[in-house]
Amino acid sequence: MQNYGVYVPRLVTKKEPFAPGHRACIGCGEALAVRLACKALGQNVIIANATGCMEIVSSPLPTTSWKVPWIHTLFENTAAVASGIESGLKIMMKKGRIARQDIKVVAMAGDGGTSDIGLQALSGAMERGHNFTYICFDNEAYMNTGIQRSSSTPYGAATTTSPAGKVSIGQVSWKKNMPAIAAAHNIPYVATACPSYPFDLMDKVEKAANTPGPAYVHILSVCPTGWRCPTDLAVKLGRLAVETGIFPLYEVEDGKYKLNFDFPGLKPVTAYMKLQGRFRHLSEDILEKIQKRVAADYAELKERAIEG
Amino acid sequence: MADRVGIEVSVALSDAVKQANVDVIAAYPITPQTHIVEHLAELVANGELDAAYIPVESEHSAMSACLGSAATGARTFTATAGQGLELMHEVLYVASSMRLPVVMAVANRALSSPLSVWGDHSDVMAVRDTGWIQIFTENGQEVVDHVFCAFRIAEDNKVLLPVMIHLDGFNLSHVIEPITFPAQSKVDKFLPPNKYPLPLHPDKPVTMGDFAPPIIYTEAKWAQEVNLRASKEIIIKCWQEFANIFGRQYSPVESYHSEKAKVLLLTMGSFSETAMTAIDKMRGEGKDVGLVRLRLWRPFPFDELRRAVENAETLIVLDRALSFGGPGGPVCSEVKAALYGQAKKPKVVSFVAGIGGRDISPSDFEEIINKGIAISEKGSPNEFEIYGVRE
Repeated sequence: MQNYGVYVPRLVTKKEPFAPGHRACIGCGEALAVRLACKALGQNVIIANATGCMEIVSSPLPTTSWKVPWIHTLFENTAAVASGIESGLKIMMKKGRIARQDIKVVAMAGDGGTSDIGLQALSGAMERGHNFTYICFDNEAYMNTGIQRSSSTPYGAATTTSPAGKVSIGQVSWKKNMPAIAAAHNIPYVATACPSYPFDLMDKVEKAANTPGPAYVHILSVCPTGWRCPTDLAVKLGRLAVETGIFPLYEVEDGKYKLNFDFPGLKPVTAYMKLQGRFRHLSEDILEKIQKRVAADYAELKERAIEG
Repeated sequence: MADRVGIEVSVALSDAVKQANVDVIAAYPITPQTHIVEHLAELVANGELDAAYIPVESEHSAMSACLGSAATGARTFTATAGQGLELMHEVLYVASSMRLPVVMAVANRALSSPLSVWGDHSDVMAVRDTGWIQIFTENGQEVVDHVFCAFRIAEDNKVLLPVMIHLDGFNLSHVIEPITFPAQSKVDKFLPPNKYPLPLHPDKPVTMGDFAPPIIYTEAKWAQEVNLRASKEIIIKCWQEFANIFGRQYSPVESYHSEKAKVLLLTMGSFSETAMTAIDKMRGEGKDVGLVRLRLWRPFPFDELRRAVENAETLIVLDRALSFGGPGGPVCSEVKAALYGQAKKPKVVSFVAGIGGRDISPSDFEEIINKGIAISEKGSPNEFEIYGVRE
């Protein structure tokens, strides 16, 4: 279709359920991701939000950025709260206590709230099969509290609790593969997304919300503050994360993998890493090691996608 | 169902939850549980109770799911005990601070370590300050009655606070007792449908659970304190209306031959009934003793307690929990605090007994009372004693 790139953005709603004026840092990729996700979710939604950056920046009493019903309780229990919301709505509709209506229940959390402290509650909620969507906004560390490492922090990244030192390269473990953990629960829909690919992100969030049963969307959210990069690089770094194969965009529908963007040749990981202060201490050897690992992981994913 | 039936208290409690027409139950079966959640699961599975049953993966998630459910306006129930209550700990504060009317039955038990699944009040005392309304029960009938009262109090739009119904683990939760179930029509009359004022719903978006900078946190907590204290009047009113419909009267502080007695024993929970046997015997022997039972633990009934003990010379407080390195039993230290500024007050003696499932027989109560009198006569007692401990 001609002028597709011009036409499509006009289809996106101008409504902003996540209102401007919140207190996110300059250049925050996560605020952009939340904004896009909320546009995709629309008005008939209830959001349960974990403690973290997006909760803190959006809800200082007595103000709020949320034009949709929103609840925050604690750090690690968001999936459980969402399961209570879903069950409450469902039974009250069944008993005729509230009108029947399609209300999407969405849980939002950061990478720490998902892959570390909230993993048990998330696993329980996915296993029980609640009809809800869980969105993990992954900025690869506990940024809100001062850039501490999480299990989602990439290998070699320096954080305040995995500092690079004379005898340490920074983070010594490889990033936990949360989408694979979600997919291992045999839930109907798992996807990865990045706000640098806004239409893909919105499509996936909408698809997840419309999937009956649990759905999981893992969104890479560039954090200039924690990644030690210029504040105008959030979109560029998100693209590079995908183009280098470090964060491939894919879906797992009923167990079938689909790679959404494939590149004949991946860019070298250094194109992505050299722009970020958190990796600047890494030696050529380590960069080479990371390059090999990324290539191997990408090849494995591609094979799975070909198998279907 | 108006007849009296012999039934296990946990099962009776579940039947009462059914009569309360609860919408959502979220519960975890271990650490340790009672038959409450098993019987509720059975009622739901048989279609006798139209409710969503969420078999969560921990007590932390049980209470978290209850938060979500209560925030939608659904009538929400859970049950736990001992370690499970402690695992819920941080979530309990959120339920009360966000004014979510969850009702929870707690079969009070000891805490590890060493592992003990048996009864005492260690679990309750550790959640004393979580902002919940907390009511103690003494027998199966009181447990059933308080299921209805708890929902009515919690969901009252002037209260909107979660309520814990405390029943002693094993001594109450696992025994078979004669219980009268009220007619459903009377329950429906007493307990109107839950009308949560600002539920989570797209028709009217609300933001719940903001963060509070220092400029507003103090005021938020003050409002919570005012709200919890004010709930006492509504609790008393609820009990009065309950008495009008069902004929059984409850009060924040209840007495047994205590009006003119020189020596009073203060207890909480099911051991109160055992203590009554001891009191009867001692009074038969001409001893001037009486019993005071603290039913409402939070909000603490300061005025009612002061009035109940003002004419006594000695007040012996029995705790079923220890405040390690502190002033003795937690209940006793609160009683002392309530009486400190009073011109006319009894000497207070502190005993800790019945922890980790150790029984207290009527003869033990006699000995506790006699010992308490002796300590009181010796002078101003400051220490506490663990009754019956082999040192």
